[in-house]
Amino acid sequence: MCHPPLPASILVVLSPAIIIPAILNGLLTGAVYALVALGLTLVYGVLHIINFAHGALLTAAMFAAFFAYQFGIDPYVAIFLLAPAFFAVGYALQRLVIGPAAHGDDRNMLLVTLGIAVIIENALLYAFRADTRTIDVPYAFQSIDFGFTFVAVPRLVGFAAVFAVALVLWLIMTFTDTGKAIRAVAKEKVGAELAGIDVAHVYAVTFGLGTACVAIAACLLVPTYYVNPSAGNAFVLVAFTIVVLGGMGSVPGALIGGLVIGVVESLSSLFFGDSLGQVGIFLIFIAVLLVRPSGLFGARA
Amino acid sequence: MSTCKFQLSRRRFLTTTAAIAAASGSLAMPSVLRAAGAPVKLGVLHPVSGALSYSGTQGRLGATMAIEEINAAGGIKSLGGAKIDAVLGDARSTPEGGTAEVEKMNSDGVACIVGGYASNICLATTQAAARYDLPYVVDVGVADGIVTRGLKNTFRFGPGFGVIAKTALDNLVKINDAAGKVAKTVMIVHEDSLFGSGLAKLLNAQLPSKGFQVLETVSHPTPNRDFNTIVLKIKAQNPDIVIPADYYNEYVLLARTMLQQHVRPKAIYSVLGGAASSYKFVKEFPDAAKGIMDCNHWFNPHSDKALALKKKVEAKGQFFTYEVYLNYSCVGLVADALERAASADRAKITAALASSTWSGHIMPYGPTKFVNGQNEGAAPCNTQVQDNDIKVILPAEFANGKAIFPMKA
Repeated sequence: MCHPPLPASILVVLSPAIIIPAILNGLLTGAVYALVALGLTLVYGVLHIINFAHGALLTAAMFAAFFAYQFGIDPYVAIFLLAPAFFAVGYALQRLVIGPAAHGDDRNMLLVTLGIAVIIENALLYAFRADTRTIDVPYAFQSIDFGFTFVAVPRLVGFAAVFAVALVLWLIMTFTDTGKAIRAVAKEKVGAELAGIDVAHVYAVTFGLGTACVAIAACLLVPTYYVNPSAGNAFVLVAFTIVVLGGMGSVPGALIGGLVIGVVESLSSLFFGDSLGQVGIFLIFIAVLLVRPSGLFGARA
Repeated sequence: MSTCKFQLSRRRFLTTTAAIAAASGSLAMPSVLRAAGAPVKLGVLHPVSGALSYSGTQGRLGATMAIEEINAAGGIKSLGGAKIDAVLGDARSTPEGGTAEVEKMNSDGVACIVGGYASNICLATTQAAARYDLPYVVDVGVADGIVTRGLKNTFRFGPGFGVIAKTALDNLVKINDAAGKVAKTVMIVHEDSLFGSGLAKLLNAQLPSKGFQVLETVSHPTPNRDFNTIVLKIKAQNPDIVIPADYYNEYVLLARTMLQQHVRPKAIYSVLGGAASSYKFVKEFPDAAKGIMDCNHWFNPHSDKALALKKKVEAKGQFFTYEVYLNYSCVGLVADALERAASADRAKITAALASSTWSGHIMPYGPTKFVNGQNEGAAPCNTQVQDNDIKVILPAEFANGKAIFPMKA
């Protein structure tokens, strides 16, 4: 009796009663990862920069959602306030800070976003200390009984909301003039400029859309997760992996990639334990770079 | 000579200066006599910035509140009512930060230092202070290495890890036996740094001999985004008792996910559990916290002084956490030593601390007796979240509640 009975724990892990809920759980978690990745991939696809401020903006949005709740605004309602607000923040950041500071060189933009991340994170630390904050919404512990497993209501809402956001984004990109302009700039910046498209404006709109995605993700996370000045970073490293897996700049890639990574993480933490759960993600990351550097849906460079 | 009155001869200058010096000297005399009442500088060292800043700030609050109370009550009487003068320091959540602060406090001429909080900081700061024979009272730092290195200047008023773990196991058996040995299986969930892994290893070694079967031990990193997979495993294994060894955030996420997934074992029992005996957790998530048992630092719930302090801390809008009352107590211990030493001399304070039999404090400890710097009277309490409050269920002489075990599903 000195050792835990090994065969029993292996049997437990392999039974469908645990694998199916684990996959479902991976899909639900992956959807939120996908939303964070969506913002990242959008900015990369158009501006061709990796936005290092993404995590810090996610943290800032989580704080915003937290304080909105203190004023009695439910996080899901706050989506409709914070998404436009963070669109404006993103637009202003690109138009007034990142764009002018870059002097037309993409590498400069990268460094500027890194600088913004440092400033946002430390400002939050200064203002709100390292304390962890949580909100207690009445539906946080509600779950739906699927017979084989319970699924928490906030996670289902999150899953549905991510697909709604992806749909809205797709509609914007396909049918609006702004969307067409964004796609034109992504494809051929100089050509678009010659055709009379205001590239600086398109850049800022794209950055704003990316930031709005993060604001929505924050509102979906806050009911079940906690907020502190480094909370956002936990999600952004995964988002980078998803962007590479799905293809840099690909919106469907980010969506599918997010779900795949969610399931991989869930299953690898089931089989190898949570301490090694990340290994699965980064093995995929390396495999993609070796075998298909352009990602699942990425255009070949 | 017209310039005479403006000219100062060397002799005249010297005599005047001497006269002024003498005059000021005689004026200074009373203050020299009063030097017996000169303030005693006490270093108050905590990690108030960085990852541990919440705990550090709470610790500083406890220490400064104790100093204010002692000063308001007339200071150190054997030193002519000398006030305690707090020299605040920030260890910046790292051992290096703590060491640098000890150097600064030493050159500031502090008589003693209280604090450190984290084990790794305390290991470094006590050693730095030892070089100056500067007495140091560790506030929390539970690692047993802190008091087993033979440092003459180092004192720990609270219990160490070994004592806490042993008490936790003994009390688990006691609670289970009292309920008719209903629990036989255990699952351990721990964070994968020194604290969680060390505890998991110890539990795995000790639990089987106490009649418990460890079904599975699951580790996870800090921070961990999602506990659903771990909770699925718990559900599949269906252990009688879940033992989490986590820091605050992860502990709360785990308990919340268990509630979401309707996983209710007979007990959630933790040792130094990050959130298990935290008023913040109980207040914010009463449903998730309900029934959780913990073996941890706790104040004496029968002490009027402790309850008065709790009220005062809560009036400041802060939670009455263990950092607060441990630091409050450590300052009290130092004040008692100063009183008996009747001196701010470091060697005399060290001797007074070593021979301390301080009583009348707010902790549920036995008689104070230092052996190699460790207070042998120190002991943890077993607590349980009951009726949106935290009750002490063991040891019996300090209890204000009875264990509810097994938990109702």
